[in-house]
Amino acid sequence: MRTLEQTTQEILTLAAKHFGVPEGSLAPGDDFFKKLGIDSLQALDLLSRVENHFGIELPDYEIQGVSDFQTLAQRIQSRL
Amino acid sequence: MKLYRGKTLRWEVREGIIELTLDRAPANEIGSEMLEELENFVEQLAAPSGDAHVCIVTSARKAGFSAGADLRELYQRAAPLPEKERLAGVREFLERIHRVLNTIDAAPLVTIAAVHGVCFGGGLELALACDIIVADKMARFAFPELRLGLVPGFGGVPRLKRDLGNAFIRDLLLTGRSVNASRAHAIGLVAQLAGEGEALRVARSTAAQIAKFDTGTRFAAKKFIKPVPYEELRREIDLFCELFARPAVMAALKKFVESSDAMPYLP
Repeated sequence: MRTLEQTTQEILTLAAKHFGVPEGSLAPGDDFFKKLGIDSLQALDLLSRVENHFGIELPDYEIQGVSDFQTLAQRIQSRL
Repeated sequence: MKLYRGKTLRWEVREGIIELTLDRAPANEIGSEMLEELENFVEQLAAPSGDAHVCIVTSARKAGFSAGADLRELYQRAAPLPEKERLAGVREFLERIHRVLNTIDAAPLVTIAAVHGVCFGGGLELALACDIIVADKMARFAFPELRLGLVPGFGGVPRLKRDLGNAFIRDLLLTGRSVNASRAHAIGLVAQLAGEGEALRVARSTAAQIAKFDTGTRFAAKKFIKPVPYEELRREIDLFCELFARPAVMAALKKFVESSDAMPYLP
């Protein structure tokens, strides 16, 4: 099973690839709304990609108030 | 009805397939202008030209199929009115949109919703009125209405009940959460999954297959397997109007309108 660190890294890779930013430019503690310049519609798109990648369902209310990659990874980890 | 280009949508007929494309920024919110153009469209749909076999409903907006009702317009029109007029206005809108969706639901040709991106609220209700939903794997589906103190008002629950198990409907409705296309496909809401950006292509391929069969037989089969729940749809309008009368709804709409976020009512 993936560790939290692995999960976090995979999210950073996924987000960087989809939103076209250099992978090394994203850090676990970054606010993904601000760092990626996305709104909540685009955040839903990221959620779909995360769900498809990890093979999970992550209800959007579980990420209410979540805005950094590390915390998102913790939510995902609990569904693996 | 070969070609029409309106302010919020367009349609064209090509080789027996009608393509209705929603195109209202930012995310095909269904307000009075789109409602009027949909009403014009379904007049044609109820008696299509002889060579039309299938109708595909799709979206030209990057954000998705449709984010649902135009809540900003709803609030701006409702807020200045006294309660009685406000409720009468809401009921009138609902009755009109129901007539549109009922016509699509019972249309004498096969209807396919080609969905990508957000398919929420009234947008999901439009898709549910169609016979087949083809969804891009990045599509998401939701009924977020409970967040506003409402229930779906465009016929969503009676149509979902027609198609799916009650347990999933309860989850979707009572949590207001969005589900991805894979999940929607697994539970039978989505008939076919397509790759990202491929929903329309898959819908066209499906339409071409459907067009091979006898028109009369197709329509008889559709009427047999897909009854329109008219009575329950009428009760939904009553429930919606009853809930809309509560002060919490206007307060929730006000909060929505005052937010600058693209989807302020999520999650």
